[in-house]
Amino acid sequence: MSAFRGRGPARAGQYAALLAYLAFLVFPFLWLVSAAFKPARELGAPHPTWIPQDPTLDNFRQALEEQPLLRAAGNSLIAAVAAALLAVAVATPLAYVLARHRSRLTAAATGWVVVSQAFPLVLLIIPLFLILKNLHLVDTRTGLVLVYLVWSLPFALWMLTGYVRAVPRELEEAAAVDGAGRLRTLVSVTAPLLAPGLVATALFAFVTAWNEFFFALVLLKSPENQTLPVVLTHFLGAEGAADLGPLAAAAFLATLPSLVVFAVIQRKITGGMAAGAVKA
Amino acid sequence: MRAAALSVAAVLLLLIAGCTAGGGDRGTDADGTIRLRFLSLAWQKESVDANKALVAEWNAAHPRVRVEYVQGSWDSVHDQLLTSFEGGEAPDLIHDASDDLADFAYAGYLADLRPLLSARLRADIPEESWRTTTVGDGVYGVPFLQEPRLIMANRTLLRQAGVRIPTAEQPWTWAEFRQVARDLTASMRKKSGGGGGDGENGGGKGKYAVAWPLKEPVSVSLNLGLSAGGRLFHRGPGPDGKVAIRFGDADAVVPGTIRAMARTDRTASPETLASGGSDILPGFFAGTYAMVPLGFSYRQQIAQQAPEGFDWTVLPAPAGDGGLAQGVSPQTLSVAEDSPHKKEAAAFLDFFLQPRSTVRLALGDWMLPTSATALTDPALHTEEFGWATGTAVARRLRPAPAQSVRGYPEWKDKVATPAFQEYYSGAIDTEELRRRLETDGNRVLARYQRD
Repeated sequence: MSAFRGRGPARAGQYAALLAYLAFLVFPFLWLVSAAFKPARELGAPHPTWIPQDPTLDNFRQALEEQPLLRAAGNSLIAAVAAALLAVAVATPLAYVLARHRSRLTAAATGWVVVSQAFPLVLLIIPLFLILKNLHLVDTRTGLVLVYLVWSLPFALWMLTGYVRAVPRELEEAAAVDGAGRLRTLVSVTAPLLAPGLVATALFAFVTAWNEFFFALVLLKSPENQTLPVVLTHFLGAEGAADLGPLAAAAFLATLPSLVVFAVIQRKITGGMAAGAVKA
Repeated sequence: MRAAALSVAAVLLLLIAGCTAGGGDRGTDADGTIRLRFLSLAWQKESVDANKALVAEWNAAHPRVRVEYVQGSWDSVHDQLLTSFEGGEAPDLIHDASDDLADFAYAGYLADLRPLLSARLRADIPEESWRTTTVGDGVYGVPFLQEPRLIMANRTLLRQAGVRIPTAEQPWTWAEFRQVARDLTASMRKKSGGGGGDGENGGGKGKYAVAWPLKEPVSVSLNLGLSAGGRLFHRGPGPDGKVAIRFGDADAVVPGTIRAMARTDRTASPETLASGGSDILPGFFAGTYAMVPLGFSYRQQIAQQAPEGFDWTVLPAPAGDGGLAQGVSPQTLSVAEDSPHKKEAAAFLDFFLQPRSTVRLALGDWMLPTSATALTDPALHTEEFGWATGTAVARRLRPAPAQSVRGYPEWKDKVATPAFQEYYSGAIDTEELRRRLETDGNRVLARYQRD
């Protein structure tokens, strides 16, 4: 009874904490949206308001006129979709091996995947650049997709391993008893159950590639190949100076594809994450 | 883990790469047309437009030497260039800042421009500016735009306080500036109901004569320090030209004044000491601060964002024993050592930096040209937006003290920035600041100057 009485305030506290956290998360985005519609004088106003007093689309017009945002978004989309699909295709069989065949080798491989998170990126960019140059893949989308693939692969592998372990081994054994071969079992039994995990993993790889800046900056030389994060920096000057209105408008446009993708497949991701988290 | 995966992929790709590596005449089409890649860091619309227009003019007049405009970003140019240099894929023409050139020049990535530049261009830029891009015996960039730090001031508040308005001919001394700040702060607090004093208990609380944006305190302290005769970096007389740090009394004048204004006089906002330039503009527009020392190009943001009727002006920075001198790190244009077409690249530079073109670039960036001829252009002498004040101080500009000092970036990040931040916050005194800059600083520089 006393426990029941205490549940109300505790739950209210939980909701309050959740709301505070959501407000913290959503604040930058709301500020971005607000800034995108404000004229320059409102952006410098001493007492800023959430709702633009004199909303304008000039920032969007200026951003689209000054920088090739649509072309850059197209490049980002191609790179991110390709990297996501390839990451899932490559990581799925590897994750299956790691999840189902426990040995010293797989344990070492898993450990290496975790430990290697600590390596600084800057150590690798120059050798990688040299290699891609020799392969004539610098300044190409193919080169960028390859880099994004290997960049997102370890984490994708880690995620998918958890999802595979969540699939009951008994189902595969039952399929084997019924006469299904390993490939058939994988395709017909395991893969459908992995679907939420595959979607979540693909989404992770997509977002990683969509937001990635440094590789794209270094590897892509031609303006026509540049991706959205690289083009966004063109609104920044030296020592932190920024063309704030157009930058906010461009950044707002850049977040839309991720939001749309999340909105469309949110239910699958939530289900997939829960499965991976609970049973891993 | 990603890095490890990349390293594995790198090894595998390297094996493949051994079979596919090939040569080729870089930068030349089959029909003999030369192609130059120009990495520009222009970012403001007018400046980008001017850059692109000049490139288009060149291409129209030189069909056999085509220049491709590639836009880069100040935020990441050093890493981008370093990777490109190491990979042999650097742009032929490179836009950067002079304080970024020394390490690239020492590493052999940039071409020595002395045999390439036209006599006209050499003669049109003052020797003081060329010193910013001279490393050893070589010249590794053409300095073409520069930006002094000036004081943007609320003219209404200055008039209400009755303080003397300085000019380039009769600037404030640092001591006078401190007194003016006291008078101005008292006037602002009195007018808003604070009753004078430090205003802590009245309606004038939070009003300050000055807001120093010292998020990056080193360049401000060193560059303005020249006006008081500060040098900090002393190059030895020997042929090795080794540099040592000595923090003398003259070096302490500007940091000491700023600290006294923020901590003792309470005439400079202590809250803004950790802010960037853009962060303090709303307070400036609101009359919270009467004066904000900022780079010259910040005028554009003020012009665009200031409320209707906001009456502002541009004042020279205070002068000391060194007069109005202050250090600058100009924007530069360099040629990559790896470029197979250095002569053509230099010809483009000569075209691109014609005085009239330089004026267009300066107006687009709201900065000052280094070109002596360009500086005489009437468009840069108007009173509007403080152009005249800027051009008046242009000939007093000197190379930033740390220009071409090897190890400066590390000294700045690891020693000077935290030391100055603690000094301005009141955590350490002048003696401790001196000890850190000299003892710790010379230790850092020594590592870069071993033979």
